[in-house]
Amino acid sequence: MHGLINKAVQTFLRDNYGAALWRHVVQEAGLDPNGFEAMMHYDDDVTERVLQAAMGALDKPRVVLLEDIGAYLARVEPLRRLLRFGGADYWEFLASLDELPGRTRMALPDLEVPRLSVNAANGGRFTFEVEGPLPGVSAVMAGLLRAMADDYGALALIEPSETADGRELVQVALLETDYAEGRSFDLAMPGAVEAHHA
Amino acid sequence: MPDSGSLPPQPLIAMSAGALGQLMPMALWLDPRGTIRGVGPTLARILGGRAVIGTPFDVHFRLGRARARAQETGHFSNGRRLHLWLRANPGVSLRGSAVELGYRGEEGVLVNLTFGIQLAEAVRGFGLTEADFSPCDLAMELLYLQEAKAAVLGELRALNMRLEDARRSALDQALTDPLTGLANRRAFDLELSRTLSGLEGRRPSFALVHVDLDHFKAVNDSLGHAAGDIVLEYVARVLREEARRGDVVARVGGDEFILLVREVSDPEFVLAMGRRMISRLEQPCFYAGEPCRISGSIGIALSVDYVEPDGAQMLADADAALYVSKREGRGRCTLAKPGQADSSG
Repeated sequence: MHGLINKAVQTFLRDNYGAALWRHVVQEAGLDPNGFEAMMHYDDDVTERVLQAAMGALDKPRVVLLEDIGAYLARVEPLRRLLRFGGADYWEFLASLDELPGRTRMALPDLEVPRLSVNAANGGRFTFEVEGPLPGVSAVMAGLLRAMADDYGALALIEPSETADGRELVQVALLETDYAEGRSFDLAMPGAVEAHHA
Repeated sequence: MPDSGSLPPQPLIAMSAGALGQLMPMALWLDPRGTIRGVGPTLARILGGRAVIGTPFDVHFRLGRARARAQETGHFSNGRRLHLWLRANPGVSLRGSAVELGYRGEEGVLVNLTFGIQLAEAVRGFGLTEADFSPCDLAMELLYLQEAKAAVLGELRALNMRLEDARRSALDQALTDPLTGLANRRAFDLELSRTLSGLEGRRPSFALVHVDLDHFKAVNDSLGHAAGDIVLEYVARVLREEARRGDVVARVGGDEFILLVREVSDPEFVLAMGRRMISRLEQPCFYAGEPCRISGSIGIALSVDYVEPDGAQMLADADAALYVSKREGRGRCTLAKPGQADSSG
């Protein structure tokens, strides 16, 4: 797993639940005390151990934890901005999600992100099939898409689900594109982007 | 340039200015005299509104690279790449191409423009949004890439700083002299204080052998630093071989070495060891066929000569003995007298 993803999980846990919880996870998962480096690669099972340790310590079901992580990601400012480049409004953003791996590759050729394909788009209803590096990736995407709906000021119902044969889905019912004000997105980067530190 | 009159007639495309502006938000229509007759919505915004219509092209733009190739119909010919600078914003350049309108350009030219490499500055300066760009323009992707690159570079810079800190602290904690592989001053001091602190209730018996090279500067000056390095590596090998297992051999200065020789109380044994070292150091080693001739002066302090051995005092005494060796003609060994030197000096 790319260090950026592990680092994001680390930052999520530390920002939301404090350094003590993170130290506990480090110990439980047998990590380097310094945590993750964003520009390195780690074995996939390291990420899984972190998730298991966090689920245990926080007493949260996997889906809830992963949704929270997804929502957190969309609020990390450099990432939020990069996601907003997907489209001028939430509908366009949803329609551009199948470009996510391509966009990511432009920035970081070695970063694998979830692959979303629109299975059905009917008016304001989208069904995405999500393929990703860890089980429950649809929950991460559901959390992220919910946070982005807020960011755009759109009103949408978003739920992770799965098909009978276990493929992961995210279902989006877009009720209103211009429901609320939304957060501003100025194309011009406000100053230089600071590195996101834990 | 093919004469369009000889080609079969091509179908004409008619469209409204609004449709044209939607397709090319940075379109510019000039009449044959170079007066602006129409602008796309984004270009209008950049030039300060629709008031630009009816004003001359030259008031707003300066031709870049294409100037030398400029032809009739103002400055443009079919299909030629254009490079323009905004007079009001000299930092912003535009590029594009022009086509002639009407028979041989009698209706003027249509120019389609896009931002050049200063896209981000233009977006900031003019407050542009996604709606200002044609979906065919890669402007959004370029802006996206610029931000992604900045974010990635930020992470890399942070990583580099952490690595640099780690490197510095590793250097600070290093215990080895990189050239010779011997212990360094820090390692020697640690080892000496460990030896002294482990002695409680026992009569200590170790020696400090302080070696300073003679004529080393002459080798460095005449044959260069590479020769000097060879000599130092040779000295390190000699000292290591003459020391016994468990002794500490340290390089503590440019051409200064100290040995901590353990379990020894007989001065004759250490003096003999020192003389062996000197006679081996005096055998020339060769650099690029040239002999490098050095020797060594040695001062020795024995812990058994002290009632309460103190590291700093023993080092100062060994150092004083070393200078006796130097004074008496170099290439010799001298045994320190306890308390001979003022350890605070």
